[in-house]
Amino acid sequence: MHRRKKILSTVIIALVSLIISCGQQADQNEILIGEYSSLTGTTATYGLSTHRGLMMAVDETNNAGGILGKKIKLLTEDTQSKPEEAATAVTKLISRDRVVGVIGEVSSSRSLAAAPICQANKIPMITNASTNPEVTKKGDYIFRVCFIDPFQGEIMAKFTFNSLGLKRAAILKDIKNDYSIGLAQFFEESFKSLGGEIVATQAYSEGDADFKAQLTALKAANPEAVIVPGYYTEAALIVKQARELNMNMPFVGGDGWDSGKLIEIGGESMNNSYFSTAFSSDDPDPVVQNFAQKYHQLYGEKPDALAALGYDAGLIMFDAIKRAGVTESSKLRDAIAATKNFRGVTGLITIDQHRNALKPIVILAVENGKLVYKETVQP
Amino acid sequence: MNQLLQQIINGISLGSIYALIALGYTMIYGILRFINFAHGDVFMIGAFVGFYSAPHISKLVGGSIIFSGILVMLLAMLICSLLGVTIEKFAYKPLRSRPKLTVLITAIGVSLFLEYGGQLIFGPDPKLFPTIVPSMAVVDTQNLVIGSNSIVAIVTAAILMLILRFIVFNTKMGAAMRAVSYNHQAAALMGININSIISFTFVLGSSLAAAAAILYSSVYPSINPLMGIFPGLKAFIAAVLGGIGNIYGAALGGLIIGLTETFVTGYLSPTYRDAISFGILILILLFKPSGIMGKFEAEKV
Amino acid sequence: MKCHLPKLYLLLSLILCGIILIFEKNISPYYYQVIVYIGINIILASSLNIINGFAGQFSLGHAGFMAAGAYTSAVITSSMHISPGSLASYPAFLFSLICAGIIASLFGLMVGIPSLRLKGDYLAITTLGFGEIIRVIIQNLDFLGAARGFTGIAKLSDFFWVFGIISILIFLVYNLINSTYGKGFLAVRDDEIAASAVGIDVTRYKVIAFVFGAFFAGIAGGLYAHFVTYINPSQFGFLRSFEIVVMVVVGGMGNIIGVIISAAILTILPEALRSIAQYRMVIYALLLVIIMLLREGEFLGGRFNIKRLWKKSPAET
Repeated sequence: MHRRKKILSTVIIALVSLIISCGQQADQNEILIGEYSSLTGTTATYGLSTHRGLMMAVDETNNAGGILGKKIKLLTEDTQSKPEEAATAVTKLISRDRVVGVIGEVSSSRSLAAAPICQANKIPMITNASTNPEVTKKGDYIFRVCFIDPFQGEIMAKFTFNSLGLKRAAILKDIKNDYSIGLAQFFEESFKSLGGEIVATQAYSEGDADFKAQLTALKAANPEAVIVPGYYTEAALIVKQARELNMNMPFVGGDGWDSGKLIEIGGESMNNSYFSTAFSSDDPDPVVQNFAQKYHQLYGEKPDALAALGYDAGLIMFDAIKRAGVTESSKLRDAIAATKNFRGVTGLITIDQHRNALKPIVILAVENGKLVYKETVQP
Repeated sequence: MNQLLQQIINGISLGSIYALIALGYTMIYGILRFINFAHGDVFMIGAFVGFYSAPHISKLVGGSIIFSGILVMLLAMLICSLLGVTIEKFAYKPLRSRPKLTVLITAIGVSLFLEYGGQLIFGPDPKLFPTIVPSMAVVDTQNLVIGSNSIVAIVTAAILMLILRFIVFNTKMGAAMRAVSYNHQAAALMGININSIISFTFVLGSSLAAAAAILYSSVYPSINPLMGIFPGLKAFIAAVLGGIGNIYGAALGGLIIGLTETFVTGYLSPTYRDAISFGILILILLFKPSGIMGKFEAEKV
Repeated sequence: MKCHLPKLYLLLSLILCGIILIFEKNISPYYYQVIVYIGINIILASSLNIINGFAGQFSLGHAGFMAAGAYTSAVITSSMHISPGSLASYPAFLFSLICAGIIASLFGLMVGIPSLRLKGDYLAITTLGFGEIIRVIIQNLDFLGAARGFTGIAKLSDFFWVFGIISILIFLVYNLINSTYGKGFLAVRDDEIAASAVGIDVTRYKVIAFVFGAFFAGIAGGLYAHFVTYINPSQFGFLRSFEIVVMVVVGGMGNIIGVIISAAILTILPEALRSIAQYRMVIYALLLVIIMLLREGEFLGGRFNIKRLWKKSPAET
């Protein structure tokens, strides 16, 4: 008993001292930027993509001599795909590490937990991929570089209704995912106001692999198009299984589809499907090609939209620091807010008065197992 | 009516895979009386063994897809049974006399270890599972489509269950397993080596999980380190529903859960699918805790 | 003697809370946040301890009760438009917490009744199922934000609320255990048949344990919701229940102090491992298995023995 108590108390003391000692000391020659990202847990695959994109942005900027004569130091915290972890991580980054800006998260639920903390401490936060409109409403220090759900939902509805000329759509959404629900809702509103009809709605949960029951039910409603506002992880399997069930109508998705994995997993089945995105690694633009090649060299795979958004979030933050000339928070905030026509890999980005990104949206189609450019819609 | 037949086919193909995983749960519970929460993650490892080995194996054996498919499955079964036995030796065996809660927590710890370790080693992104069952439509009409991979899954599952049945009821090892499941002490007094029987049970359970993983990944060819959680949970419900510890029960439970989920999704609200699965579980536990087939005490394994 | 010590303890801890409240502004926000999380986890673990440790009922659905409480209190304070710091916020928050506890204990009653028929693993599965059902229901209710979560909750929880409630909880638990009820719990845990043979109403004791445990889990949920200010059904999944069970088991089932210490350690542990980001959860899982393998009896002391809390433990160290 005595020995065990001793061991236990040693462990406790060791833990406490570890916590006290592991804080980062700010170096005069460094600018500290905090990142919180889901590196483990259910959405690790998306968090890892944005993290890699951001690391590339940091390395490139540092290799080019840094900003304001200083190097950027990125402090990354894992959120385990949990909102309360995001809140703790951001509190730590701000209060202990004293970062000048915060970047993250893929999921709106985590950004919603972290944004009030950044706002209260007046530290600018740029979210890379949180599409829920609520996130930037948390305060004037919160920005985003991705689309918001209403905008993308509307574009998807217009494309389906006008460009494809289809009036009867069915929706298959991810009930556990806020992004998917938001996109589905705004698609439905826009589509109905255009005069279209939603003939059936079905749902799945992230992590599912079998969608045949939902698809069979949708098939019975005889839709002309199926909208799958979700991530490529499930979308590829959904379209694949739909084709196996002889459902040959077009499938339409959002920027969550944008990954090389979509066609890798979906294969030939993905033909006759469309998605909206801000980024395509096949875009011939030199900025994009340069990014895509470097990314491929570093990580051995094509960048997806999330990697591109992570990269852009970093560059916009660094660009703002450069323009502000100082890292003082209110000046940095103003500089981010003044971002105009910034050439990122996800297009020309302008931050509007609601601190959301205005940028063109691109519709891509899959034809013969390849992505084909369809049209661009200006904001 | 149009979709009814299709939904039944969907349900059976899903259910037969649940049944295979459920068999592992049920056998281990029958022998050790504890829920092996890591079972779903052994399933996941099986899928990754297939993912990494299939390209090499098909290169080695050349053209024959069926032959290389069987080889991949056997290799996955072998590696997973080694994994299962290792987990049992290191994590469960030292705790055999401890309270059940301790063992349960250890099992969940092992499960988390495999999941997060998998994310670290394999990467968290989904991977395309190589084609080892040629995919084509066997029945193809306007209202009914049956794919070759569904048929392969159902048939293989049925064959494996028959083999298992043979092992448990017609071999000496099987007789020893049944004896141990009745009473450890009495079985030991009869000269049965309890440890080797338990190891054997883990070999059987884990290799069935691996086989299920290969079938599952052939039907749903996107695999990731967290893929074992949901099938694991559903298979577990299936095992309890059928009467935990009972081989026929696990098979029946798997089919019932597969069909129920398919019908709930197809005809009612898909959003309540998981709640209904758990609801069934609770109702069965309340009104017939021994499960549907539980009355056949004599067949407990 | 029997009742003075806990009352004294309650008074002292409340005074301590008050003192720390004065220095609240000087604590680094990060530590402050971790301390509040520790407090919330202590409430969760101690309330589960009633069900698992004292009454011997094996529950894996504590996160479900927590979710019920979190959403109840969030809905109440949001509909009242309470702003933090205003005088009206204190009684309103207290009211919402009590409602949170009551709603959660209603769920506890619902889960407790099946427990009359079930034991061990089967009960664990049933409670796990109930927890998941509560979560799925919330996920489908649009007025609670469904999967998008419930935003805009006022930040009303603070150190004082959390530790004040811990003090009350520990006081109640201590008194409960010393009362006839407590002895009843222990009797039910140790031998149900013998307990009913000596005239203990086994059914009633089990249900009381569930209702009491769920009540405080609901309050913990309310405190949590008003601290994080954003809740989402995925926060109350099975893994959360599991974390709480681990706290109870590591601390020693039925050991009041042990559970408090283990709740604190297990909240700090992931924070301490923060610098190794991706490896953190692997190490946490591994440590968990090792702890389970190494400990004999309970990791932090033996079975619950009321005298030991005050008399023996100083001598032991």
